[in-house]
Amino acid sequence: MWRRSASFILDQRYQHDAASTSKPETLSLSPPQTESSHMAASVEPFNQNPNPKISAYYQTRAAHTGVVTPDWLAQAQAAVGRQTEDLPLPEPDLKESDSGKSFSVIQEFDNWRKQPDLAEAVAAIRALAAVIRASEATTMMELEIELKKASDSLKSWDTTSISLTAGCDLFMRYVTRTSALEYEDFNSARSRLIERAEKFGEISYKARRIIAMLSQDFIFDGCTILVHGFSRVVLEVLKTAAQNKKLFRVLCTEGRPDRTGLRLSNELAKLDVPVKLLIDSAAAYSMDEVDMVFVGADGVVESGGIINMMGTYQIALVAHSMNKPVYVAAESYKFARLYPLDQKDMAPALRPIDFGVPIPSKVEVETSARDYTPPQYLTLLFTDLGVLTPSVVSDELIQLYL
Amino acid sequence: MEPRRAPRTVIDPKVRQVGFFAPGAPPERAVSGPPAPIASSSSSSPPVSDLSPSLSPVMIPPPRHSSADNALLPSSSSSRPVPASPLRQDSLTPASGRRYSKPSEFFPAMSLTASSSYAGRMVGNAEFSDDLRGNMVTVVPAASSFPSGGFDLTAVKASSVPASGLTTVSVVKMMPPGITVYDPETIVEKVGGSVEVQNDRPESSKPLKEKTSKAERRALQEAQRAAKAAAKAEGSKVPASSGAVMGANAKPTKATKSHSQKNDSATVAGSEKRGGDRLSEKDRKKDAPHPRMQYDDKIRVEKAKRRAVVKQTEARNRVELFRHLPQYEHGTQLPDLESKFFQLDPVHPAVYKVGLQYLSGSISGGNARCIAMLEAFREAIKDYSTPSEKTLSRDLTAKINSYVSFLIECRPLSISMGNAIRFLKSRIAKVPLTLSESEAKALLQSDIEHFINEKIILADNVIVNHAVTKIKDGDVLLTYGSSSAVEMILLHAHELGKQFRVVVVDSRPKLEGKLLLRRLVGKGLSCTYTNINAISYIMREVTQVFLGASSVLSNGTVYSRVGTACVAMVAHEFRVPVLVCCEAYKFHERVLLDSICSNELGDPDVISEVPGRDDINYLDGLTNSENLQLLNLIYDATPSDYVSMIVTDYGMVPPTSVPVIVREYRREHVWV
Repeated sequence: MWRRSASFILDQRYQHDAASTSKPETLSLSPPQTESSHMAASVEPFNQNPNPKISAYYQTRAAHTGVVTPDWLAQAQAAVGRQTEDLPLPEPDLKESDSGKSFSVIQEFDNWRKQPDLAEAVAAIRALAAVIRASEATTMMELEIELKKASDSLKSWDTTSISLTAGCDLFMRYVTRTSALEYEDFNSARSRLIERAEKFGEISYKARRIIAMLSQDFIFDGCTILVHGFSRVVLEVLKTAAQNKKLFRVLCTEGRPDRTGLRLSNELAKLDVPVKLLIDSAAAYSMDEVDMVFVGADGVVESGGIINMMGTYQIALVAHSMNKPVYVAAESYKFARLYPLDQKDMAPALRPIDFGVPIPSKVEVETSARDYTPPQYLTLLFTDLGVLTPSVVSDELIQLYL
Repeated sequence: MEPRRAPRTVIDPKVRQVGFFAPGAPPERAVSGPPAPIASSSSSSPPVSDLSPSLSPVMIPPPRHSSADNALLPSSSSSRPVPASPLRQDSLTPASGRRYSKPSEFFPAMSLTASSSYAGRMVGNAEFSDDLRGNMVTVVPAASSFPSGGFDLTAVKASSVPASGLTTVSVVKMMPPGITVYDPETIVEKVGGSVEVQNDRPESSKPLKEKTSKAERRALQEAQRAAKAAAKAEGSKVPASSGAVMGANAKPTKATKSHSQKNDSATVAGSEKRGGDRLSEKDRKKDAPHPRMQYDDKIRVEKAKRRAVVKQTEARNRVELFRHLPQYEHGTQLPDLESKFFQLDPVHPAVYKVGLQYLSGSISGGNARCIAMLEAFREAIKDYSTPSEKTLSRDLTAKINSYVSFLIECRPLSISMGNAIRFLKSRIAKVPLTLSESEAKALLQSDIEHFINEKIILADNVIVNHAVTKIKDGDVLLTYGSSSAVEMILLHAHELGKQFRVVVVDSRPKLEGKLLLRRLVGKGLSCTYTNINAISYIMREVTQVFLGASSVLSNGTVYSRVGTACVAMVAHEFRVPVLVCCEAYKFHERVLLDSICSNELGDPDVISEVPGRDDINYLDGLTNSENLQLLNLIYDATPSDYVSMIVTDYGMVPPTSVPVIVREYRREHVWV
């Protein structure tokens, strides 16, 4: 009975779309979670994060990449089916909000975010594009201020999501720094911004392709790859390798508590790649048969280290001590101007953990969803800017933001 | 193996920069394999220039994808080994070879000394890795097919290292202690020898002719020098082993040369204490002016003294390793200078005052010194008038130069001051000719003010704002010495109501921390004060270390008050993050590997005696003893490994990003 889709968390929160199939399972949730889902049940207060203690980012991730169950698949199917219709959909939506004045970036962002194939940063930028569309500003300055407000509210809505912050920053950077905009009249500048935002989804997809191509040289026949967590980029990398008729084996960690590893192993099995599932604590045990470690990243920070799903740090440490290369696949829009000094030096991103059995209230549970892997444990970063050593990240960031 | 190793006693006196030298010490960084005897120097030399970079720090397998290849090439081509496939080889090697030759053109001495160790490593690597085998083979054609461009240049430059204008400060300065500059040709031979172990001897090609003539000329020069040296060096013992090895290594055609080298080495070993160069004045002229004077070079020092305004008497017993740095008896020159005040017209009173303040130590600290200097220059520019028949930009630059040399006499410049001076000079040079004198002067004065405001004062504010975000409630922050930036950070964090504790670590003899402590306690911060001796004990409870810096260099090395490296090292060992707070105007593109090559010596007396403690001043009367050498270092270099983060006005960056900031902002820095 404890096997269930993590996506129901979202189902609870956004009752309007999904069929509430997994309702009874709410019972075994840890207390704060029930509270949050209860709070979130009211659709109205979108403008405030319903429960700031729980990371919205990691909930979405769980929903998108958590364990596969039939009902989840059904939902995913539905979501994918909807996506095509959705694309033109925002327009009429916005018309309404235009007149009704009830338009909210966050709502918009939330809508975009629900698509499992869309990166968070892309969702953020689409939401900002919607702001431009809805805006009644007549000068560039007004528009900028409006955008700034929108992106600030987006950022504060979910402070735990690095790619959301980075996506907002990136787009604002484009708005404020593109010199081409200054010489155009307002309307063409506006349409140019919108066009750019629309294209961003494409760019993000292209980035994934580039990374997959770049990484092919590192995957050699007969290698064993350890993968932690579910990452779209890593999946793309492995998929491309499989398509290139490379012979390799993948060890997948389970990825508790979302058990995202199960999902990845599922996808890989479909590609006829030999996969072996490990429990998270078996990383060191199986490290000697591993040739390289591949992980994605939620965010790449200025030091060149990465912030990623809990457990990445320990795998990187084990790999480092056994002299195995650790490769990170991350799109460049995940580069963030953050510089954590240690694990605790980040905004906490909490996530409910279900242990399957009731936990006594006296027992404290570590609910952090992510950890920070310092750059000295990473070998290379595969990004759409090329294959980088960790120290180049700061170089790129300085060029981008200063 | 051991006896066949090329002796390191062979040193070209012309390029000896570092004033210490241990004749008997075994070579630390010399070739790992035995150098094979060499038949002709010309054929052995070519590989040097392109050997060193072909070993990449990150072993990236060659890309097979064309698209990937394109994406990769601009960024990482230089750090990639040449692909093993024979088809690719042909297309790639010439290009890469040419590229590789570039750095060695610019840093001849560096590439030469470095390549010996690289070559050694190369040999080792090739034995193990199959991938590299192709690589090793390619080196030969790439080198021998060289049209004469790359290597020739380096060879020429190397043979007269300090003479070329290209030899930068960093090259001369950063020579690690183990490798005082070798006679370039010996290195060439050694490297060639070690390559020989792997490869067939590269066929000698076009550059040969050029080469031999160079070598001959050189041999002649050496012979002449040797003759002179032999006359001088009576009774100095010739290290027998080194001589024998040289004989074995040298080829018949260059018998004179080997002889000269033997003699040379002997005299160098013998006359090291005397520190004199036996070069003719003409030879010396060819040398590029040294970036900083080497104070173990007697003749130069004499010359400089004749020009000097400040009469500094030198301390007698200097520590062997630090003879190249100036060390003066403190407190002797102040009255003398004061009495001379009215005789010295070339120095502007404001500059004079600042110089005296440096001398007496009443202005210290990087920012304070720099601001004082700039203010003085501004005063001087205000009172400046161009003499007739001279242009402002030329004459004023000369004036500033004379002020600067006066200030150097008072106290060696810090790197930040050097940057500020460079900025000012570039501004002076850029003054439009159309401006009238008063306008130009006003422009320059406002430029100086801008520099002070933007690069120092505003930069500090930005640094404070960045660093404060890293201070959390319950933190225990440790700081060492007294840094103005750190002080501002701590005070600001306290104003913001953060709850934290400060540990001020201090050290003899300056005890600067006490002043900081006084100010912090006055503002109501809770502080702990300890000496650096207790650092390993106190580090246990510390959560973050904040350090100031005199300068941050291109390789991330932090050049700061002596003791900083120790604090950073202990913090690193305890896994405590180390934050270095430094304004970007103090960054410098130089590279520093140790604290020996570039440093400052303080008054040795202050470490030998404790004022007011007669019971422990055991060294009274011993300070002039020949057997006692006192070392009071002012700065040290912290390797970048021990630094977690550098907080600067461009944000918080890892130490590896210092060159990025230097590269991106130097232009702006100079033009502002």
